[in-house]
Amino acid sequence: MTTATVERAERPGRPARSKEPGPGLLKSIARAWDRHWYAWAMVAPVVIVLGVLVLYPLGYGVYLSFTNATAQNVATDIGPVHVPASYHFVGLHNYWQILSGQDGDFYPRLEWTVIWTVACVGITYSIGLGMAVLLNRPMRFRLAYRLALILPWAVPAFVGVFAWRLMFNSQYGVFNDVINVVGLPSQDWLGTPFAQKVAVIIVNVWCGVPFMMVAILGGLQSIPNELYEAAEMDGASPLQRFTNVTVPGLRPVTSTVVLLSTVWTFNMFPIIYLLLGSNTSGDTDILVTFAYEKAFVGISDYAGAASYGIVILLILVAFSTFYRSRIKTEQS
Amino acid sequence: MRRGISVVAMAAAIVLGATACGGSSGSGQDSGKAKDPAQVSGTVTYWDTSDAKVEAPTYKALIADFEKKYPKIKVNYQNVDFTTVEQKFKTSAQSGKGAPDVIRTDVGLIPEYASLHYIAPLDGTAALTGTGDFVAGPLNTTKYEGRSYAVPSVTDTLGLLYNKKLFTQAGITAPPTTWDEMIADSAKIKAKTGVTGTYMNPDSYFLLPFLFGEGADLADPTAKKVTVNSPEAVKAVTEAKKIYDTSSLKIDFANAYDNMQTSFKTGKVAMLIQGPWSVGDDLTGSAFKDTANLGYAPVPAGSTGKPLAPTGGQDLAVYQGSKNLPAAYLFTQFMTSTASQAEIAVKNGTLPTRTSAYTAEVLKSPQIAGFKPILDTARPRVALPQVGSLFTPLQQEYIKILQGKASVQGGLDSAAKQFGKLLPDYAVQ
Repeated sequence: MTTATVERAERPGRPARSKEPGPGLLKSIARAWDRHWYAWAMVAPVVIVLGVLVLYPLGYGVYLSFTNATAQNVATDIGPVHVPASYHFVGLHNYWQILSGQDGDFYPRLEWTVIWTVACVGITYSIGLGMAVLLNRPMRFRLAYRLALILPWAVPAFVGVFAWRLMFNSQYGVFNDVINVVGLPSQDWLGTPFAQKVAVIIVNVWCGVPFMMVAILGGLQSIPNELYEAAEMDGASPLQRFTNVTVPGLRPVTSTVVLLSTVWTFNMFPIIYLLLGSNTSGDTDILVTFAYEKAFVGISDYAGAASYGIVILLILVAFSTFYRSRIKTEQS
Repeated sequence: MRRGISVVAMAAAIVLGATACGGSSGSGQDSGKAKDPAQVSGTVTYWDTSDAKVEAPTYKALIADFEKKYPKIKVNYQNVDFTTVEQKFKTSAQSGKGAPDVIRTDVGLIPEYASLHYIAPLDGTAALTGTGDFVAGPLNTTKYEGRSYAVPSVTDTLGLLYNKKLFTQAGITAPPTTWDEMIADSAKIKAKTGVTGTYMNPDSYFLLPFLFGEGADLADPTAKKVTVNSPEAVKAVTEAKKIYDTSSLKIDFANAYDNMQTSFKTGKVAMLIQGPWSVGDDLTGSAFKDTANLGYAPVPAGSTGKPLAPTGGQDLAVYQGSKNLPAAYLFTQFMTSTASQAEIAVKNGTLPTRTSAYTAEVLKSPQIAGFKPILDTARPRVALPQVGSLFTPLQQEYIKILQGKASVQGGLDSAAKQFGKLLPDYAVQ
């Protein structure tokens, strides 16, 4: 409060810019510095950290994506060995390779990534919504249910994924034991690319539902009860109440969680990588796991991995922009 | 104060001088050039990739001996999981931050590390002494473009492990020597005992005996040709697919290795193509309570008539940017000496890489005695820096072929196309 008043008290003393000839850029920066140096100093650590941790690597990634850098041709300076960098600019070649489909990997991976994302987000949201509605009613042991349903979220991803891997095991897994008891033959749960795709979606949904449920539960509790009472007075059926009160009331929460979980799922590395290990045909690789392989298996293809990274980033930026603008027009 | 130190140093020098005599004979004469090993000092960071519970204690005990022998050298032992070590080492070697001085590495990675200048050439250094004593196969794995970049530490290859009791029950007297015999024996075993013949591992490393048996390989560096889709390779993979279809349990692709081991050691399959490293695990299973029940044989031969398996194993390599190269060389030398190798072999059951380390005591171990003759026919993988990268597309296509999603020819053609991208100056057919 006091700072605000001080600020305001100072303001009248400011020279009116429009009347006098404008001060030079340097001068105005110096003046801004004089007045706000404290604010700059406070912000500086964040700016520096962001610069070092986000902007520099991002910029470097963009730079690499325009070159043909691999582990073999970057500058090497180890002990007595000094090999100068021999990679060079290739312009948009990497992007052209990817986008024209010439590398043969991008479009099949993109197609599966989109299917994976849509399926995961759709199913996770539906289940999360259903559970949130169930848990939003007064009931016994509500806290216990909520805690139990949060469990998958609390367990580290790799622990959960390995547990699923054990359960899916076609020779020694619990799923087959269970269906054998019922008299059904053992299934190869991870046997074919299609089965593997189904399996990774199941595991990702399992990991993602708690977040959805908690977020939607928060949204549900912010819908005023009077709206439901009014709707009931007007003779609305439960379904009508759901579609006309709950769904619109949840819209702000929905748009945020769907956006978030789309971005997360699109880049969901650990579930696919850990559930299937390396013994796959590569069909379940999404763009991110594919880029990882480029960067870390064998001789690193820095340029290729960087271009994939940038393409993934652009896809997500484009999606978020489009999605946000859709939401905005819908809401206005 | 001063005097105290020099007395200790002298005492140490005398003790070391006495113990160092036995080891190397060749380099000792080369006076002037070689520094007195006793005067070398520094810290050696060592990345060990052996099994942290079962194998590592042996290595740690050896390191204690080493530190006793060279009191001025301190060893910083770190156990790194072998599944992540490659990536960890590459990242730290490239950036120069946090890389170890000595690393235990899979033999298949030597050409790659050498081509990237991560590991130092060792010819003429203290690390590589008495080379005439090394078994030829493992020694060949250290070579890249005519120089040696590592010292063989332990070696292995693939052989045929089998359950003798099941063989007797099925009335089979000798292990199969060809792939077709393996199929026939599996059928007999299935008929007589109800047990499945084998469990195929879909890992591309385990495909190599099939390829080598037909005279095929991944690529031909002299002709600059990708040969993974040659007619011989097609024949080899067709054979592998046939064995999978007729004689193997269904592969659980996400758990292939673990399930293979469990099935074999609990007696659910009768034979495996496996390496000596697995024997310790096999012997914990119910089928091999009696260790004599485990049989060892060379891998079945392909149509060339020769049983050929890849030379695997672990080498010690020295990081090119090590600040303590002399100490690192001495450490490498010590850990790969005959005495150390014999010690490791007795305690861990791994195969030594020096002929002199196959002592009577070492050969008492059934798995070493069992695998030693197999080793003689083993051959190294093609020494290309990209060999690690090549295994990924090969494996993916091999899995598709086993699953029936791709034909043998189609899958291998597609692998060859991927190889072509990794080996730009190679011809692909």
